[in-house]
Amino acid sequence: MDAEQVKLWEGRCVEEQPPACVAACPLHLDVRAMMGKTAAGDFAGAFAVYARFIPFPAIVAHVCDHPCEASCRRAEAGGGLAISALERACVEEAHVGSRRQPQRNRRPKRVAVVGAGLAGLAAAHDLALKGHAVTVFEADAHPLERLHRDFDADRLPPSAIAADLGGLAMLGVEIRCRSRIGAGDGPLGLDTLLEAHDAVLLALGPGPALAFSGSLPLDGDGRIAADPATSATVLPKVFSTGRLLGSDGAYSPIRSVHDGRRAGESIERFLQGASLTAARSDEGAGPSSLHVNIAAHGSVPPVVAADPSRGFDRTEAMAEAARCFPCRCLECVKACDYLAHHGSYPKRYVREIYNNDGIVMGNRKSNRMIDGCTLCGQCAEICPTGLDMGEVCLDARRSMVARDKMPPSHHDFALRAMAFARSPAATLARHRPGRGTSAAVFFPGCQLTASAPDQVVAAWDHLDARLPGGVGLMLDCCGAPAEWAGRVVLHAEVRASLAASWEALGRPRVITACSTCLQMFTRHHPEIAAESLWTVLAAVGLPDGPRPAVPAPLAIHDPCTTRGVPAVQRAVRGLAATLGVEVVELGGADLGPCCGFGGLAEFADRPVADRIVARRIGESALDYLAYCATCRDVFARAGKRTLHLGDLIFAGAGADPAGRPDPGPSARRAARLGLVRRLKRERWGETMDEPSPSLALTVPDAVRLDMERKLILIEDVAQVIARAEATGAKLKTPETGRFVANHRIGEVTFWVDYAVADGGFVVARAWAHRMQVEAEP
Amino acid sequence: MTPTAPEGGAETAGLICAACDRPLVVGRVRASYLGQSFPVDLPRCPGCGFVYVSEDLAGGKMLAVEQALEDK
Ligand code: SF4
Ligand code: SF4
Ligand SMILES: [Zn+2]
Repeated sequence: MDAEQVKLWEGRCVEEQPPACVAACPLHLDVRAMMGKTAAGDFAGAFAVYARFIPFPAIVAHVCDHPCEASCRRAEAGGGLAISALERACVEEAHVGSRRQPQRNRRPKRVAVVGAGLAGLAAAHDLALKGHAVTVFEADAHPLERLHRDFDADRLPPSAIAADLGGLAMLGVEIRCRSRIGAGDGPLGLDTLLEAHDAVLLALGPGPALAFSGSLPLDGDGRIAADPATSATVLPKVFSTGRLLGSDGAYSPIRSVHDGRRAGESIERFLQGASLTAARSDEGAGPSSLHVNIAAHGSVPPVVAADPSRGFDRTEAMAEAARCFPCRCLECVKACDYLAHHGSYPKRYVREIYNNDGIVMGNRKSNRMIDGCTLCGQCAEICPTGLDMGEVCLDARRSMVARDKMPPSHHDFALRAMAFARSPAATLARHRPGRGTSAAVFFPGCQLTASAPDQVVAAWDHLDARLPGGVGLMLDCCGAPAEWAGRVVLHAEVRASLAASWEALGRPRVITACSTCLQMFTRHHPEIAAESLWTVLAAVGLPDGPRPAVPAPLAIHDPCTTRGVPAVQRAVRGLAATLGVEVVELGGADLGPCCGFGGLAEFADRPVADRIVARRIGESALDYLAYCATCRDVFARAGKRTLHLGDLIFAGAGADPAGRPDPGPSARRAARLGLVRRLKRERWGETMDEPSPSLALTVPDAVRLDMERKLILIEDVAQVIARAEATGAKLKTPETGRFVANHRIGEVTFWVDYAVADGGFVVARAWAHRMQVEAEP
Repeated sequence: MTPTAPEGGAETAGLICAACDRPLVVGRVRASYLGQSFPVDLPRCPGCGFVYVSEDLAGGKMLAVEQALEDK
C-alpha cells in the first residue's frame, strides 16, 4: 500500500479532530472528557482532567472568560453548555490541591521569570514541572496583583488564589516580591539576571516594559516585542510573553495563561537545544473541523442553578454536563455494522490496515477486517469528507494477493463459484436463434440466472420483442468476485474473455439485469455501452399479461451497486408505479447498506454479514422489494419475505414470489446448467447427451442449510460418497449403521456421515477442513 | 490443537475401518497446512492408516490453527 495514499485516507476522517469547545479553548482543555466524567458524577475524575490542562485550576475556574462556551455545538439544540460554571462545580467538589510532581530532570537549568502575573506564573509552573529551578521576580508586594485588582472576592475567593499559589510552591517555584528588575548590571539588573540564569522570561505588561526600552524594542502595545511564533526577543536567552495572539483589546485571563504556556514551551525547547518552531501544536484557539450530526439530537434547555449566586450543586452539575452530546462524528460507524463490529473508526482502521500490510513476520490481525468489508460505499456516501473504507480494503486485498498473503479460506469458495459460472457448461453468448446479428445483448448475470432462470427467459423474449435489431443472450459472470477478492490478474482475464465474447457478437449494446454487472461494465469496460434492464424496460414498456397480486405496499431495498446511479433507482420506482405497487422508502436510495454479499464479505466474515442483513431486514415489517437477485435471496435466506422486481413483471398470476426460498449454492449451480441446456435444446434445437445420472442422494433441508453455512456443496458430498463407495475407504459406526468418509477436493477435505438406504444415500451431516492429515509412514 | 496432545480419543469409540474391519486407535499423524507441518495424535486405522477428523475438531481447534496459520 502506498504510504502517501494512506495518509490522505487517514487525514479525511475527522473523528479525532477536537470538538468545538476544545478547539476554542486556548489551552485545549478536554472539555468533552470533563463533561463526560461530570455527567457520570465522577467529579474527582473531571477535576483531574481539568488540572491536567489548566495550570491554576482554582483561579481559572473563577475568572476564565470561557471562549469555549460561545462555540459549544449544543447551542444549536437547546443552548450551549455552561462550561465555566461546571468547571467551578468540579473545583468546589473535588479540588484536592496539586498532586503533580516535578519531573526528574538530569540536567536542570535555572530560569528567571520577571513578572508574577498569570502569564509569568504559567510559564514558571510548566518549567518547574519539567524539573527546572525557577525564580519569579515581582515588583509588587504580591503575586497576581492584577487579579486582586480586577476581581472582587465574590468572584475570585482569596482561597482560590492561595490554593493555586500553594501548588506552585509545592513545585518548588520561588517567588521574590518587591523585586523590580530593570535594565543594566545592577543587583536587580537584567544583565546580572542573565549571568545567573540559563534563560530569562520577561512577562510584563506595557508599563513595566518601558524600563527595558533601552535594550529591547517594544511592540505597538508597549510590550517587549517577541517573535510571535517563538516568544524570542532580539536578545539571546531572553524571551517575552508579549501578546502572542492578535488581541481584540479585551483582557483575557485564559489567553494570558496561554501566552505564558507558549513562552514556557519555547524556553524548554531552547534549554534542550531543540528547534523553537518545529512541530508546535500550541497555536491556541481555532475552529473545529469535527463533523457533528446535530439533527440527531433533540433540543434540551440549559439547567438553571437553584441558587445562582452559589452556582451548580452536584445534581445540577451532573444534569447540565449530561447535555453534552458529546460531539463525535462516527456517522459511518453508526450506519455500518461492519465498521461498528471492529470497535473503532476509519481513521484508526486505515492505520491498522496499513500496519497489517507492512508485517513481514508475525500475526496479521486485520486480515478479517480487510476482507469483511462489503465494499458497498455506504460510508463514503455518509462521511462528510467522503472517505471510502471499501477503497482502502480493496487496495489492501490487492496488496495481500500480490504478496501471496491472502488467507486462502476467505475467498476460495466464491472464486470456485465464479469459475463454475464461467465454465462452458454454464455460459452462452449467442445471437437470437435465426439471426446473424444483435443490436443488443441481454446479460442477466450469473445470480439471476441461478435464482430465477424463468425470469431470464421471459425478460429476454420481451426485450427481443420490443427492441429492433435483435437481442442476443450472454450467460456469463461479470467478474465481480475476482475484483472484490483483489485478484487483479484473474479479473483482467475475465475482462478479456467478456470483451472477446462481446466482440464476437458484433459489439452490441449490453443490457444487464444485475446492478453489479452494470457497475462492472461501466467501471471496467469503457468500450461497451451498458445499460440497466430497468431503464430499458422503463423506455420500452412492460409486457402485458397476468402478474402476481401485491396487496400491500413494499419497502424498497436498493442494491449497493446502484449507489450514485439515480437513473436506475428512478426507473425501478417508475416501473413499480406502473405495476400499481406502492413503494415505501427505507431511508434513502443512496444511503442503504449492502446485503452482505458485496465484497465477498459473507465468505470472509459471515457473522458480521448476518448482522448487516438482520439490521436491514428489521427496518420495516413490510415485504421488501429488491431488484438484485442476490439481495433478494440473501434476505429470503434470513427469513424476510422479499420480491424481485422481475418477479412482479414476469412471474405470472397466482405466484407468491416473496415466499420463494433462497435456492442455496448447490441449486444455483444446477439452475445455471439447466438453463443453458434448456435454451440450447428448446431455442436452438440442439440434442444433448443426458448428464450422467448422479448419485441417488437425499439431503434433508436442515442438513443442506448447515452445509451451506459451512460452504459445502451437494456436489462435494456426492463426490465424497461416490469415491468411498467405489474404493471402500470409509469408516463405519456399528450403532447407527452409518458410514463416514472423506475426500479432498481442491484445497479442502470434505467429510460426510451418511446412511445407505433403498439403493440411495441419506446424508446425516457433512463438515470440512483445509488442513491435511496423514498417518506417519 | 496443541501439536502432540491426544485428540478426540473419545470419538474413536465405535468407529471401525470398513476396509480393514479394525477399530480406530489414537496414534501419531502428521498435520500440515500452508507449508507448516507438525505431529498430532488422532484416531487412525492401524491397518491402512485412514485418519479420522471429527466434526468438532474440524470446526473447533483445527479451524483455529488453520486461521492462525493463514494470518501468519
Ligand atoms: S456539546 Fe459537549 S463536546 Fe460538543 S461543543 Fe458542547 S461541550 Fe463540547
Ligand atoms: S463518517 Fe466515518 S470516516 Fe467519515 S469522518 Fe466520520 S468517523 Fe471518519
Ligand atoms: Zn483401515
